[in-house]
Amino acid sequence: MAWVWLHRFGSPPYFYRVARRLVPWFAWPALLLCLGGLIGGLVFAPPDFRQGEGFRIIYVHAPAAWLSLMTYVVMALSAAVGLIWRMNVAHAVAASCPKIGASFTAVALATGMLWGRPMWGTFWVWDPRLTSELLLLFLYLSYIALRSAFDDVARADRASAVLAIVGVIDVPIIHYSVIWWNSLHQAPSVLRFGAPTIAPSMLYPLLMMLVGFTCFFAAVMLTRARAELLRRERTAQWIVEALDADQGGPSRGGGRTEQSAASAW
Amino acid sequence: MLKFLEMGGYAWYVWPSYALMLIVAAINIVAARGALRDAQREARARLARARPREHS
Repeated sequence: MAWVWLHRFGSPPYFYRVARRLVPWFAWPALLLCLGGLIGGLVFAPPDFRQGEGFRIIYVHAPAAWLSLMTYVVMALSAAVGLIWRMNVAHAVAASCPKIGASFTAVALATGMLWGRPMWGTFWVWDPRLTSELLLLFLYLSYIALRSAFDDVARADRASAVLAIVGVIDVPIIHYSVIWWNSLHQAPSVLRFGAPTIAPSMLYPLLMMLVGFTCFFAAVMLTRARAELLRRERTAQWIVEALDADQGGPSRGGGRTEQSAASAW
Repeated sequence: MLKFLEMGGYAWYVWPSYALMLIVAAINIVAARGALRDAQREARARLARARPREHS
C-alpha cells in the first residue's frame, strides 16, 4: 500500500496536481495557527518569572529554529530517496528546501542574538549550540552554491544530494549540543522526553506556532517544488495539460482556492 | 497599550525579532509564488516554441 502511494507521488504530473490542491490546506491552518500563537504568546502568556517580557522572543525563535532543522531533514531524506530510487520528484522536493531552510536558520540565529544580548549580556558566543546552528546555515548556503555550479540538473541533483546527506549529521549535533556540552543555551523544554518543562499558558501558543510554521513550510515548499518540476520536465506532455489546468479550464475551482489562500497571506 | 509595546524594557529585542520573522515569512511566500509564476511562464514559452500550431 505504502509502495503504491510512494510510486504515485513519484509521478511528476500527479505530484504537481496534488501539490496544488494541498497548498491551501496548509496555508490556511498556518495562518490561523500563527495568528492564534501570536495572540496567545504576546497577550495571554504571563511574563516569565526570570526573563520578564523578554522571553516572548521564544515564539519566533523556537519555531524558526525548529524549521531550520526540519527543513534540513526533509531535504536530506528526499535527496536520499532521489539518489537511491532516481526519483525526479524527490530531487525537486530537495531542491525546493535550501532557501526556505537558510532563511529560517538566519532568523533563528538573529532572534537568538537579540535574545542573548539582554539575557546573556552578549550577542554571540562560540557556544556549541550557536556554532552548530551557524554551521547549518553554511550547509544550506553550500548546498545552494553547489547546485548552481552545475548546468546539468541530474549531476547537480547527485552532487548536492551527497552534501545534504553527509550534512545531516549536524542536525542531531544541534539538538543534543545543549545536553552533551556545557552550553549557555538552555536545554530543550518542549521537544524532550517526558513532559514539557514549561507552563501550559506559555506552552500552547508555542505549540500553535510550531505546528503553524510546519504548515507554512509545507505550503511554501510545495509551491517551490511545483516550480522545480516545471523546470525539470522540460518537454513532457503532461506539462501542456498541467498549464491548461493552472490557467483555468476544467479544474478552475482548484485555481481559485489557491488564489484566495495566497491572497489571505 | 504603551506598557504592552514597552515589553517590560525588552522592546528593542522583542519587536525586531517579530518584525524579522514577519519579513522573512513574507519573502518566502513572495519568492515561492514568483518562482512558480516564472516557471509557468517559461514552460508556456517553451511549449509555444516547440509546438507553434498547438499553442499559438
